[in-house]
Amino acid sequence: MSDPIIKCEGVYKIFGENAKKMLHESSGNVDAKTFQDNGCIVGVNNASFEVSKGEMLVVMGLSGSGKSTLLRCISRLTDATSGKIFIEGQDLLQLNNKELIDLRRNKMGMVFQSFALLPHKTVVENIAFPLQIKGIKTEDSISKAMEMVKLVGLDGRENYFPRELSGGQQQRVGIARSLAVEPDIWFLDEPFSALDPLIRKEMQDEFLRLQGKLQKTIMFITHDFDEALKLADRIAIMKDGIIEQLDTPANIVLNPATEYVRKFTEEVPREKVLLIEDVMDVITKENLSDLKVSKDEIIENVAEKILTQEKTVSVVDENNQIVGSINPSKIINTVFGGRKNNN
Amino acid sequence: MEFIKKYPKLFQWLFLLIVFFALCFAIDVPETYNFIRGQAEFIKDPNQSSYVLFGKEVRYYAFDVFWRLPPLLGWLPIWINDSLFFLMNEWMPMEFWNEDTQEFKTRPLVLQITRNLTSFMTFLIELIREFLLGGLNTIVAFSSWDWIDANPWAELPGLPWTIVAAGATILAYKLSGKGLALFAALVMIYISIFGQWKPSMQTLSFILVAAPLSFIFGLGLGIAAFKSKRVEKALYPILLVMQTMPQYAVLVPAIVLFGVGDHAAVIITMVVAVPPMILLTLLGLRGISPEVIEAGKMSGCSNWQLMSKVLIPTARRDILIGVNQVIMVCFSMAVISAFIGAKGLGFNLLLALNQLNIGLALEAGLCISLIAILLDKMSLAWANKQIDYFGNLTFFQRHKNIFFFVVAIILGIVFAYTGSFYFKEGFNYLFEIPHNKGISTADFWNKGVDWIFDTFFVYIKAFNTWLIVDVLQPMRALYLRMPAVATLVLVVGAGYIIGGIRSALIVCGLTLFIALSPWWDRALVTTYMATFGVVISCIIGFTVGTLCFQNKNSASFMLGVCDIFQTFPSFVYLIPVMMLFGITDTSVLIAVIVYATIPATRYTIEGLRSVPAALHDAATMSGVTKFQRLFKIEFPLAFPHMMLGLNQTIVFALFMVIIGAFIGTEDLGQYILKALSDKNGAGIGLTLGLCVAFIGLIFDNLIRTWVDQRKKHLGLS
Repeated sequence: MSDPIIKCEGVYKIFGENAKKMLHESSGNVDAKTFQDNGCIVGVNNASFEVSKGEMLVVMGLSGSGKSTLLRCISRLTDATSGKIFIEGQDLLQLNNKELIDLRRNKMGMVFQSFALLPHKTVVENIAFPLQIKGIKTEDSISKAMEMVKLVGLDGRENYFPRELSGGQQQRVGIARSLAVEPDIWFLDEPFSALDPLIRKEMQDEFLRLQGKLQKTIMFITHDFDEALKLADRIAIMKDGIIEQLDTPANIVLNPATEYVRKFTEEVPREKVLLIEDVMDVITKENLSDLKVSKDEIIENVAEKILTQEKTVSVVDENNQIVGSINPSKIINTVFGGRKNNN
Repeated sequence: MEFIKKYPKLFQWLFLLIVFFALCFAIDVPETYNFIRGQAEFIKDPNQSSYVLFGKEVRYYAFDVFWRLPPLLGWLPIWINDSLFFLMNEWMPMEFWNEDTQEFKTRPLVLQITRNLTSFMTFLIELIREFLLGGLNTIVAFSSWDWIDANPWAELPGLPWTIVAAGATILAYKLSGKGLALFAALVMIYISIFGQWKPSMQTLSFILVAAPLSFIFGLGLGIAAFKSKRVEKALYPILLVMQTMPQYAVLVPAIVLFGVGDHAAVIITMVVAVPPMILLTLLGLRGISPEVIEAGKMSGCSNWQLMSKVLIPTARRDILIGVNQVIMVCFSMAVISAFIGAKGLGFNLLLALNQLNIGLALEAGLCISLIAILLDKMSLAWANKQIDYFGNLTFFQRHKNIFFFVVAIILGIVFAYTGSFYFKEGFNYLFEIPHNKGISTADFWNKGVDWIFDTFFVYIKAFNTWLIVDVLQPMRALYLRMPAVATLVLVVGAGYIIGGIRSALIVCGLTLFIALSPWWDRALVTTYMATFGVVISCIIGFTVGTLCFQNKNSASFMLGVCDIFQTFPSFVYLIPVMMLFGITDTSVLIAVIVYATIPATRYTIEGLRSVPAALHDAATMSGVTKFQRLFKIEFPLAFPHMMLGLNQTIVFALFMVIIGAFIGTEDLGQYILKALSDKNGAGIGLTLGLCVAFIGLIFDNLIRTWVDQRKKHLGLS
């Protein structure tokens, strides 16, 4: 793996007047309850992780779990109480105001749950806003903004005001604005939570299309587990400020680290998450069918093919080398069986 | 007992009222008591008592302590006067360079500061005034009289009225389009041909200095208060008092500090206009969603960019209301500051009212109101202006407004020049139509007033007599009959029931201040007039508001009417009532009612509008009739907002009662007006102003506390 773009080491965020002192006294062993009794609220509790280039990390948790606070620490909208955060190797907390502004102008983009568009500016002005802040000439910024308008499919509505757009359209503007400066790092704070389910799905697909094209390094916050599974390269599950587990979707479903994570994954349709690779058995020679499936396929996509076979099916890698086998019964077992105790 | 348990508050109120009335009946009116028409300290009377504090003797009529408290604060005005005198004449004498005499001169610091401030204001006003009307002071300020004598060409005249009118029209067109341009043109032409050009331009130059300065200071202080809790805490009490302080009262100390004239008027206008601007800026900035601020930060805004490009534009709605308020206050001060020698329409208006020339007053008042509306609309359009990035405009289209203006200047000069040949004798009407040489409808109006008087005199007089004898006099007598202790118990008790011990203490302090001042009786009269006005205003306002709310169009129409009426300077309201009712208390009260009905109506409509639509639907689905919905759903929910309207109504009513002193009332306002022409009036004026402000604040505190609790209870906050 290349160098991490975002790296957190023991990040704490505690709200309250004597947060620093209490944190110092607790020597890293933060118990939310004792802090709360002393008038402090724990937002983020000892978060350490890395995000590498082009990766999408989805931070998942219920409201109040500290996921938004974590994101605001990393974008330094709030200052972390303690810990270290590195953005492309730069120590974020050591930056002075000017360097921070520079970083935001060139490297970061952020999308907000409530869209946070400027009500007095039109679509194109909103999108051009970060560019104009940077000091780019009005003409250039507007033409660049028009490109972004096309990218998110809002052509023809560039002179509308935010109040004249639907929620989905407003969030497209939010996305376009965050992308206008061509940032390397993209923060999305529950961008689709305020949208209707149908629009949400449409926006998720749109988002995946954009990410396929742009390959940004992404931190994506959501409280919707299905959304996390659909989008993530890796998922971090947070509870009470603590990252309970940070892993690939498959591993989270197959090996939940804590009881809390297990409860979350219970109802997840496995066939939509797991790959053949995750459930295949060792190579076998007996009773093989002619069908071969790739190890990188999601179970759902090939289940029908496999289930029509009576014999065991070979699993191959990208070079068409057989790396394992899978029996139809295993598929049935994965999809329908053992939700409660299996794995 | 069940009943009492169910409504504990009701029981408390009943108990309070019983105590109040018991006190009223238990304490007899002292035989020596009568309403004092003069100020005690100016009357030599062997029956008076006196005490000495700070070496000053305070004389007063002593009564039973339960009936009237002794004026222990009687020394306050004297002390304020002495302090002001000390500050202006003795404190911190310093050497300053005097340009005129070319030598160092010793002057007290405060005097020097105020003199510098006033000369700066004078410079600004003259600068604009000399553009519009001509004059030499500004040029002289940069050169000298000798230079002017040597270069007579520099004695430029002002702009011909045609150019100013064309400029205003083009500006209005650029800002908003044809509608406003037409309005601007009509206003300008009206002003000119009715011979009000000179005073209008004098007033305009005053406004063009006072309004922007107030806006800048208000915005700046509002931002400072938004950024720092400490600044906010320091400003808050001043803002509160200034909100309910009558504008008259501020004039008096201003004369001492800044002298008499336009410059003093500008400074006073700022003192009055800045507080609402601060409050509204703060309100707007507070209301911005945190995500918008974060979005601004993530776009890489510096602090300055965040403030100027994100925060202020996002809070634009409230800031615009602030601008509207500033303009409103500036125009109403433009009239009131005529008392301290400001020139312009206000001066003419006062003069006309003094001469009972209603027609002339009407014309001047109309001019002020029209300019006020025009400026208000222009500032609104300016703030809402949008830029078109995609229009493919030619050079001419881009600069057509400048082009038209240049053409207007040339044409205007040509007209004025030819005019100077055409109107050889007398006045050049194409340059400037002199005051009272234009068309005047004054005679028509005066005749109208006479006709109304002749025709309806009997009815008006009958109504007047009935109102005064059967309603006002008894009401006034009742108010004066209240022993001071009973009033205190009533007010403090109300404070305790509504807001607990904290409210009770605040209200008690405010009431004690008035009770211990020498003007308790006067304050009671002010309160009685305000109460009468407020009650009638609320009845009218709530009824009209509720009726208009039934239909969307009529509601919007009514709000628009309120907007326009609110733009009228408060003094203008006195004109029509004086036309009808002459110089009586009735006139004042009717002006109060008209003026105070505006906020009552506005808040009723807005309150009813703020009821969530989902509740409407829920109520409809429960099968309510229109009346049930109004009384069971809309009124209870809108009531807190309507109570804020009541608060505004009280403030408006108090203002108008005090202004009514101009017509002649026997309340606090009368003394404030007297203090204006008194050498030692500053202390009296300021203390009286505080008394009026505190009456307002007592109600303000009670109502606000109640509304906050009610809103919390209803889950609306």
